[in-house]
Amino acid sequence: MNLIDKIFKFNGGINAETKKNISTSMAVEKIEIPKKLILPLRQHIGNMPKIKVSTGDYVLKGQLIAEADGNVSAAIHAPTSGEIKSIEKLLIPHPSGLPDYCIVIAPDMKDQWIKKSSIDWKKIGLDQTIKLLLNSGIVGLGGAAFPSHLKLGLNRTNKIDTLIVNAAECEPYITCDDMLMREKSEELMKGIQLVQELLGAKETIIGIEDNKPEALDKINFYINKKSSITAKVVPTIYPSGDAKRLIYLINGIKIPKQKRAAEYGIQMFNVATIIAIYRFINFGEPSLSRIVTITGNLHKPRNYEVLFGTSLKDLIKKSGGQINKNNTFIMGGPMMGFKLPSIDISVTKTMNCVISAEQDMIEEKNEPLPCIRCSKCAEACPVELQPQELFWFSKSDQFEKAQNYNLFDCIECGCCSYVCPSNIPLVQFYRYAKSEIIADNIAKEEAGIARDRNDFRILRLEREKKERAERNAKRKLESSSNDKSKLIEEKRAEIAAALGRINKDEKIK
Amino acid sequence: MLTSILIILFLAVIIGLVLGFSSVQFKVKGDPIIEKIDSILPQTQCGQCSYPGCKPYATAIAKGEADINQCPPGGEAGVRALAELMGVEYKPLNESHGITKAKAVAFIDEDTCIGCTLCIQACPVDAILGAAKQMHTIIEKECTGCELCLPPCPVDCITMPEIKEDTENWKWKYPVYNINKTDSNKPKVSH
Repeated sequence: MNLIDKIFKFNGGINAETKKNISTSMAVEKIEIPKKLILPLRQHIGNMPKIKVSTGDYVLKGQLIAEADGNVSAAIHAPTSGEIKSIEKLLIPHPSGLPDYCIVIAPDMKDQWIKKSSIDWKKIGLDQTIKLLLNSGIVGLGGAAFPSHLKLGLNRTNKIDTLIVNAAECEPYITCDDMLMREKSEELMKGIQLVQELLGAKETIIGIEDNKPEALDKINFYINKKSSITAKVVPTIYPSGDAKRLIYLINGIKIPKQKRAAEYGIQMFNVATIIAIYRFINFGEPSLSRIVTITGNLHKPRNYEVLFGTSLKDLIKKSGGQINKNNTFIMGGPMMGFKLPSIDISVTKTMNCVISAEQDMIEEKNEPLPCIRCSKCAEACPVELQPQELFWFSKSDQFEKAQNYNLFDCIECGCCSYVCPSNIPLVQFYRYAKSEIIADNIAKEEAGIARDRNDFRILRLEREKKERAERNAKRKLESSSNDKSKLIEEKRAEIAAALGRINKDEKIK
Repeated sequence: MLTSILIILFLAVIIGLVLGFSSVQFKVKGDPIIEKIDSILPQTQCGQCSYPGCKPYATAIAKGEADINQCPPGGEAGVRALAELMGVEYKPLNESHGITKAKAVAFIDEDTCIGCTLCIQACPVDAILGAAKQMHTIIEKECTGCELCLPPCPVDCITMPEIKEDTENWKWKYPVYNINKTDSNKPKVSH
């Protein structure tokens, strides 16, 4: 059991001030049902779900209001009972600040559930259970929002030996997982057992950073020596919570690029996701709420358990508003998060944390200076990339070269920007290059479709031309051999003969 | 003497067989350069290059009959890619063939459409659905925005709205940052 105690440290990473204690002094507060719920349709990775309700419909708590469209998609349910007020384009938490389709519900405050029934997954089988999970609305609640049924279904091709529970929560400020472990540890442990069984894994390792001793105590209370569940404390180095980094920290397995952890017999779930799966299987409750950290430059920073669709503005008001009024808010952590274009938005499945910006976050940093090739970024890069090269290629639109330098392996953790002595916004350049390449690939794909359709059209026109010519030729042939035409010819011959006779008679006369 | 002739003959037969086999087995279908040029072209099939489609234009470039700067939808990036492929100097887009526009898709005003099918016959990618005296509509996903359906429409019911930015096609922008003014009072560091 020596391996268990050993920690495999990944390259680089940073030791930033965690600032987690700002929001952990008070218990998670459950927010009552608000007067209005705005549910964006795009809350996850994948296809936009299909709307199943129309304006004026009455919906019950937990009722499906948008169904998953295809496998890579997730459903959306009514977080409480009420009336569908409208379906319209409203602002959503997205760095673009552009509106997108949302379903607006006016709750009736009765909070009436649909008929809930637990799932006996052992009886109905794994395949059926995964089909049900497709419309559970459960996505990864750590922030990536990857539909969970895909992760649970993957073990049909790959045998999963180890379930790793991601409890690292490595970004500064964020404490929603920490608080969840402190307050719902029993449910979490039951959930872990369930997910481990669903995956058919032999063991479970909970990866937790050493800055959460309270949560670790709670978890250790449920772990006995005989159980297949162990907790492994990892050092506080950002980004230890990144999937591949955490796997390396715990198991020493480096997952190569373009490979999934599942191919190495490992599957990872965030703590909040595990509880969501547990509640769905055991109580039939779909994903309706989450814990969100509202922290930073506020009078009363704290964690709230809120229904999806609750107004963020109300939560900030509830937290006493900003101390230093700068109207700047960041969604996600300070390292990977983005500046919210507006707080007139609602809490979604991806919203793990909202930080009211501190003064040093918004102050204009010193003017970016040229890259001096000090390679500090390369030393800090946990993915072992060459950020200075990627910067150069992204800046000059040399996208092919950037891809050759594994741009798409970049996890946008922001360590390079953090250590850069020239203040270069490196990650912004990588994001720019990535989205240009993605757009280019989509355009190429569309061009391919257009080429095929054009080729087919030319083929079709030629075929039609040929068919028409064949038809005409056939008709001509038919008309010559037709009885009717023979008859006409006979008649013509008779007429000619008659005419001949007349002429003869005339000649005689 | 005889052995050397035999050896040469033997070699000739062997090499002939190998060459004959490979010419059949590894026969290159079509002209690969045309395929390569065609893969750079945007496949709008708009005919602005004065050829009846992207493939004919690609063929003309390969033959040296057409210049590389006749494709407005491909834009500057397209000309650059073609220049690199053909090993010629980059030249700006020839504006007599049109200017690069933002990507748009056709939209049929269904109240005005009389169902004449003229646009259906004009569409190079079969992206218009409809039948005689029935309303027509654009299959948005398949439309390349070539504008070839505009001239034949007798009631001018087709417009070309630009594709708007939404959360799905949104892209991160090129980072722009302020460059601070240098303080002229500060003593300059001499190198």
